[in-house]
Amino acid sequence: MQVWNAIEDYQGGETRCHVTGLQVCAPIAPDPTGPPPAIGHKNLPTMLRREFLKNTGCLAIGFTLGGPHFATPAPMLQDLPSSLKRHPNIDAWLHVLSNGQVRIFTGKLELGQGIRTAIAQVAAEELDLGMNQVEIILADTLRTPNEGYTVGSGSIEQSAMAVRYASAAARQKLLELAAQKLNTESGQLTMNNGIISTPSGHRKISFAELLNGKQITDRVQASINLKPKEAYKLVGKAIPRNDINHMVRGKAVYIHDLRFPGMVYATVVRPPIYGAQLISFNEAALKKNVSGVLKTVVNGSFLGVITQDEYQALKAQHWLKQNSRWSKMPPLPAQTPLRELIKTLPSKPQRVEEKGTVSDGNFTLSAQYFKPYIMHGSMGPSCAVALYDNDVLHVWSHTQGAFPLRDALRKLLQLPVEKVQVTGVPGSGCYGHNGADDAATDAALLAMAYPGKHVRLQWTRDDEHAWEPYGSAMLMEVAAKLDGSGTITEWKYDVYTDTHSTRPGGNPENLLAAQYLSTPLKQRGGGYAGGGVRNAEPYYAFPNMKVYGHAFEGPLRVSALRSLGAYANIFAIESFMDELAEKAGKDPFEFRLAHLNDERAKDVIRKLREMIREEKATKGAGIGIAFSRYKNSAAYCAVAAKVKKHPKENTIVIEKMWAAVDAGECINLDGLKNQTEGGMIQSASWTLLEKVQFNETQITSRDWFTYPIMRFNQVPEVFCEVINRPTEAAMGAGEAAQGPAAAAIVNAAYRALGKRIRDLPIQQ
Amino acid sequence: MTTIKLQVNGKKQVVDVDPDTPLLFVLRNYLSLNGPKYGCGLQQCGSCMVLLDGKAQPSCMLPVDSVKDRVITTLEGLTQRNGELHPVQAAFVTEQAAQCGYCLNGMVMQAVALLFENPRPDDAAIRAALQRSLCRCGTQSRIIRAVKRAAM
Repeated sequence: MQVWNAIEDYQGGETRCHVTGLQVCAPIAPDPTGPPPAIGHKNLPTMLRREFLKNTGCLAIGFTLGGPHFATPAPMLQDLPSSLKRHPNIDAWLHVLSNGQVRIFTGKLELGQGIRTAIAQVAAEELDLGMNQVEIILADTLRTPNEGYTVGSGSIEQSAMAVRYASAAARQKLLELAAQKLNTESGQLTMNNGIISTPSGHRKISFAELLNGKQITDRVQASINLKPKEAYKLVGKAIPRNDINHMVRGKAVYIHDLRFPGMVYATVVRPPIYGAQLISFNEAALKKNVSGVLKTVVNGSFLGVITQDEYQALKAQHWLKQNSRWSKMPPLPAQTPLRELIKTLPSKPQRVEEKGTVSDGNFTLSAQYFKPYIMHGSMGPSCAVALYDNDVLHVWSHTQGAFPLRDALRKLLQLPVEKVQVTGVPGSGCYGHNGADDAATDAALLAMAYPGKHVRLQWTRDDEHAWEPYGSAMLMEVAAKLDGSGTITEWKYDVYTDTHSTRPGGNPENLLAAQYLSTPLKQRGGGYAGGGVRNAEPYYAFPNMKVYGHAFEGPLRVSALRSLGAYANIFAIESFMDELAEKAGKDPFEFRLAHLNDERAKDVIRKLREMIREEKATKGAGIGIAFSRYKNSAAYCAVAAKVKKHPKENTIVIEKMWAAVDAGECINLDGLKNQTEGGMIQSASWTLLEKVQFNETQITSRDWFTYPIMRFNQVPEVFCEVINRPTEAAMGAGEAAQGPAAAAIVNAAYRALGKRIRDLPIQQ
Repeated sequence: MTTIKLQVNGKKQVVDVDPDTPLLFVLRNYLSLNGPKYGCGLQQCGSCMVLLDGKAQPSCMLPVDSVKDRVITTLEGLTQRNGELHPVQAAFVTEQAAQCGYCLNGMVMQAVALLFENPRPDDAAIRAALQRSLCRCGTQSRIIRAVKRAAM
């Protein structure tokens, strides 16, 4: 069904689908205030326009791109990435600098996934540059294309591919220009490290000399000749990330490292629980008890404090928490176990897939699985810097969407679009929608109240744990029928879930602070419920299938967490496949292979089997496997886990995990492995340990003791192998391991313990 | 405000600061060092590790007044003046032992302290030494490999 499959993305004023609460709504009309401006001179403020014109100019638009520069013809049909269609000019993506470096602009943010390196690789490849000749500018509303959110493992598919085409088009243009200049045929020229030479090498010219301070403004239009894959020197290789070199030296890498002259520090005092209203606090007593207080900012129930020094800000927050009064709220439903509560909440079934005939009842096997609320749990709590000066608000944020945040803020603060700028700066890994946008909003509100100074807003560990939007609790019910030969003939699946995105999406209602102002905005209902049925439809070829989603509104604040609903759906589907394989008396590998039609799916499963061929499980240990294709359209991933019974406690030890992954054309081999290895370990932590806890009056998971995640003594050894398919489309893989890792662990646990775990986490 | 003298990365430093201020904030905000990171402020995650007289300690709850007589080393202080990396830093680069890298400071500092006491640690010793440090990206397997490489 279309709506469930809507893309969790923000594309400015573009039409998108929403599932609000229980109702499927018609697509929302384009934003009446218009789409965010493209980086083009018409949309830039006058001063910047002058600068912009200075950097562009005489290179005529409409210079025909195309012509044979490579031996291998480009693919006949080129479907350009939508990012590129929205920003079709080369200079939106690529500038040649006077020092010969090439500067690439991406609308995506580095989240630790290594996207900066992958994008640099594709640019350097098409232009035959060294990696050190390419620099990357990350999402910035004043400088880069608007590519919405950095989500859904889409940065390779969108941004890197847009840069690939833009770089290839730039290459053609540079060769044409050089041919004119050197009075020869462009097909005769060679390009290397930013220099274009004649075959003899006697005559040469650099990119910078050719353009002489101008940029290439041509549109990138299909069909573009891409470098033939067999000529690749960088793409597909394990190119090291240069940013790790900066990290080990303690260079300024993160938003937390931004320092501005005269910068002041701030914190926000949040209520004891969702929705509570500020009744009173004593400002005079605060100033008496805490030194360095520059200003307190109160707007309704939004209470912030600005101080000279970071420690003072923390002390002020601590003091205000002890010395402010807040309204009482109705109790949170902490008395009912969540898996029972979920079924009592109103929800309406929405069809995901119906195929053939599924009888009611008479199933061979049925089971119910549960996954609690879990946290993003970023290592560095959210942080932002904001400056309101000369009527312009500038916000530095580790948001996953600089442009949608800019739009949400301008609407909240009622500022014209050109008066709000958002610069994306990498933060601590986020794994989805954490407190980044909310901290940026806090900083913006405080900076508006304290103009002329950079205001640095740092959430505490407690702020992040208690106020980040969690990944929804979910309940999955599945039943199936096996025929006499052990083949699945019928499959029935129901998933109960809250929304999986409450991202601001260009509107202010979902910004945390906005809900507490004197004129509070109400959280938009629904959001991206489609995320809850991500991978709800099995990838197996079952002849009769009935898959339904049921969207409820649960008690805790929720949004997008890595892989959205796929984690829980794959946990359920792949656990159940294991149960069915046992019932049918089949080998778990063979059982899965027999139900798949896609050879690439079968290949990752066969590869995994090969990887663990020598691995033996002794008594009290077990090996389990699982498979999924992320979103049923992205990377293929098969995972195995080896676990053993804990020697003393009633739990398991996860000893080893293996993954075989096929993400189509691999851009950075080590990046892909790193994401997959990390995905397995993070998923192992979720699966073994994690559960957001709350009582009637508050969230009680407020630090790393009350919300434990894996420590070194619990971390498995991990192994990953990549099936690289250079001629297939490159697919994002950052979320592919989450679901199969969970199922592989519980399937292994079943063999080690003789007990089927259907409620997460394993360790209660 | 009190004037406090510190010895950081081989240099004498003087700061005017509330003596209760956690060392972490002094290092980051007064001495502009980025290595130690604010992660929890509760000594639970290890992001803020520094070396105090060669031993790895979280700096987020340590009053600056209590470390006046100690030799303080941060991540920056491991690199030689000519820019050459400490073997542990170099091993993290070689093994690409990071994703977001926010926890990397704590991992490196604890590994340095470990190798000082135990130049040939086995897997269990490495895990035990890094037990105080959390990584959310799941790069622990690479971190263990990096520490092993640095010990070679």
